[in-house]
Amino acid sequence: MPGRPSSDGRPGTLPIRKATMTALLAPLRRAAAPVLFLLPMLLVFGLFSWWPIVRSVVMSLQQTNLVTAPEFVGLDNFRAVLQDPLLATAVQNTVWFALLALVIGYPVPLVLAVIMSDVRRARGLYTLLAYLPVVIPPAVAVLLWRIFYDAEPTGLFNTVLGWVGLGPVPWLEDRSWAMPSLVLEATWAAAGGTVIIYLAALVSVPPELYDAAEVDGAGVLRKIWHVTLPHLRGVMLITLILQIIGTAQVFLEPYLFTDGGPDNATLTVLLLVYNYAFQNTTGGDYGKATALSLMLAAFLACLSLVYFRVTRRWAS
Amino acid sequence: MSHHPRRRALALASVVALTGPLLLAACGSSDDDSDKSGKVTITVEGWRPGDEQGTIDAVKKQAAAFMKEHPDVVVKPMEWEWNAETFATQLAGGQLPTTFRVPFTDTKGLAERKQIADVTEYVDALPYAQDFNPSVLAAAQGTDGKVYGLPTDVYGVGLHYNRKLFQQAGLDPDKPPTTWDEVRADAKAIADKTGAAGYVQMTTNNTGGWMLTTLTYALGGRMESDDGAEATIDNAATKHGLELLHSMRWDDHSMGSNTSFEWAPINEAFAAGKIGMYMSGSDVYNALVTTNQVDPSSYGLAALPLADGGSVGILGGGSVAAVNAKASAAQQKAAVAWNDFYRERKNYDPEAAVADAEVLKASNQPIGTPTLPVFDEATWQKVQDALKPYVNVPRDQMTSFTDGVFQQTLIPEPASQTQAVYGVLDAVVQKVLTDEHADIDGLLADADKKAQQLLDAS
Repeated sequence: MPGRPSSDGRPGTLPIRKATMTALLAPLRRAAAPVLFLLPMLLVFGLFSWWPIVRSVVMSLQQTNLVTAPEFVGLDNFRAVLQDPLLATAVQNTVWFALLALVIGYPVPLVLAVIMSDVRRARGLYTLLAYLPVVIPPAVAVLLWRIFYDAEPTGLFNTVLGWVGLGPVPWLEDRSWAMPSLVLEATWAAAGGTVIIYLAALVSVPPELYDAAEVDGAGVLRKIWHVTLPHLRGVMLITLILQIIGTAQVFLEPYLFTDGGPDNATLTVLLLVYNYAFQNTTGGDYGKATALSLMLAAFLACLSLVYFRVTRRWAS
Repeated sequence: MSHHPRRRALALASVVALTGPLLLAACGSSDDDSDKSGKVTITVEGWRPGDEQGTIDAVKKQAAAFMKEHPDVVVKPMEWEWNAETFATQLAGGQLPTTFRVPFTDTKGLAERKQIADVTEYVDALPYAQDFNPSVLAAAQGTDGKVYGLPTDVYGVGLHYNRKLFQQAGLDPDKPPTTWDEVRADAKAIADKTGAAGYVQMTTNNTGGWMLTTLTYALGGRMESDDGAEATIDNAATKHGLELLHSMRWDDHSMGSNTSFEWAPINEAFAAGKIGMYMSGSDVYNALVTTNQVDPSSYGLAALPLADGGSVGILGGGSVAAVNAKASAAQQKAAVAWNDFYRERKNYDPEAAVADAEVLKASNQPIGTPTLPVFDEATWQKVQDALKPYVNVPRDQMTSFTDGVFQQTLIPEPASQTQAVYGVLDAVVQKVLTDEHADIDGLLADADKKAQQLLDAS
């Protein structure tokens, strides 16, 4: 709006120019405000998320020990990872973990949430109990569970099993038991968060629908099947892909419980990445570690894309 | 927005408040090694995580004494423990002390990758530079022949046992086993009579390989050729060792049900009275006292049983006090001076040993835990004699080791890719201890192949 006369009708005076500037800057300032507010987040995100990602892409093409000058090696790291016989073991174990987590871990929060949403009394208490494991620091939780998993007949779980004439179970001490044991703890630790998501989604189900279903003579199970689950479908699809992505990156449990043992039975892809980078001081192979990380990330990105494509129609 | 100058100011302030520390953090990681008065500051490995206050006090006292002797140096002891997993990143991130101890096995690789400093000129200036036991000094040298630190302590592996459990099992705690058959029989007696694990062996984080190698040496085998070019894992001694473990685990049930152990957890379990016998370095008693509060009256140390034959021996190792590759020349010099003062002089000079013992005594720290000579045996003996009045560890419960160890051959750890080969062996020991039907021959052939690939690649 240049040249707009000022209130006293004399163009070109200082107040007019000031007003013009203000008017000119207004949209800029309006745009600057959100940017300004975003800046801290952008900085934090850029510095601690995007910069490391860029660095790891670079590092995957290098041979470096972080002290001497890195050496460019092209795709050698990727080739070395693909030739490592442990990669197949790690992929198998990770898929096995993901499958077990799907069978054991995926339904648990859903069932808990549906039951809890039906509870009238002391609902807060149940929510608290379900969420409590999420609040406990993961490393502390694992240390606790390691005591529970003591393989001696005097171990906590084995004592309890002993009361009903079962066990003793070699929880973490046997190739076939180790992985289910890890999944059990992981489910316990993570279920609370998902329960909260489902509970929030359940609130959005209009109560009239239940009333209508009841009038039509539906029992509890039919109400869940025909009213609750269809309403949760969108959320369930999201939690499913989140769980698959999460389990594909499982690290904490195998690292702290078993260190990948016994005999590599719980060696997961991410633990292999960790071992490449940190197991040997002198052989610390950051190139191979970042190469495998990138392959895992690319795989998960593709999986997510395909997943959303396939389920797009189903979700709505 | 111009109507809300306060709000705008608030927004600005919060932006500054949120980004400011980041920028500061990004700019603030400069290494200042000397303060304004021209003094050199070094950080040094002080105590292990979880060590008792007495240990911390003793180190701080020594640091104060050192600074009196070297007024131009400021020594700051810090909590630190050798950990292969974090070493390289600590070094890259500037979180490593100026000087720290690394195992014999890692010195050469670290030197080759320029992760520790060449301190030849400072070590050569020490009065005892020419008197080192050559095989010990070799552990501190790189493949280029230069010296990368001071070898400060040498251990041989011994058999640590719980005297109380021996008694409860009806065994004589003054007569620890001298053959592996006796180890097996005693372990079974302990397991049967007390319910504790009779014999336990480390299995994870490369300690499984470390101890399987020890067992192999005791039975006369080797894991690698002397030059480290050829893997020899698939040998009769290792096979015999694994069969012994298998029998104890699955026939005698004398190894307990928990098999996942490494250095610190096995110490913890032993100090808690859950383990009858285990193999570890002869100097582990110090950690058992300062970190795990073991009951001294229950502790016993025996010489490791060896099979017959010329090639048997005990695995020996130790630590090199190395210097951060990023340290300045002045810091390197100060660091070697500190290591001389705090760690090495007491191995050489009886007077320094007594002065050290005085400090340890005042803080109620263990004195007299068995070590092996860094210099020659005569020097070692002189120091031991001077220390006699200060010894506060139960030496009469360690006589089997102290009498026997000098008749045993000390064999160094595998020469090439040591930790990586140990990692391969971890899986073998774990398999045998967790799978009753493990195919030992197949495991050894497979491990041999994997180790050979590692050696070929290096």
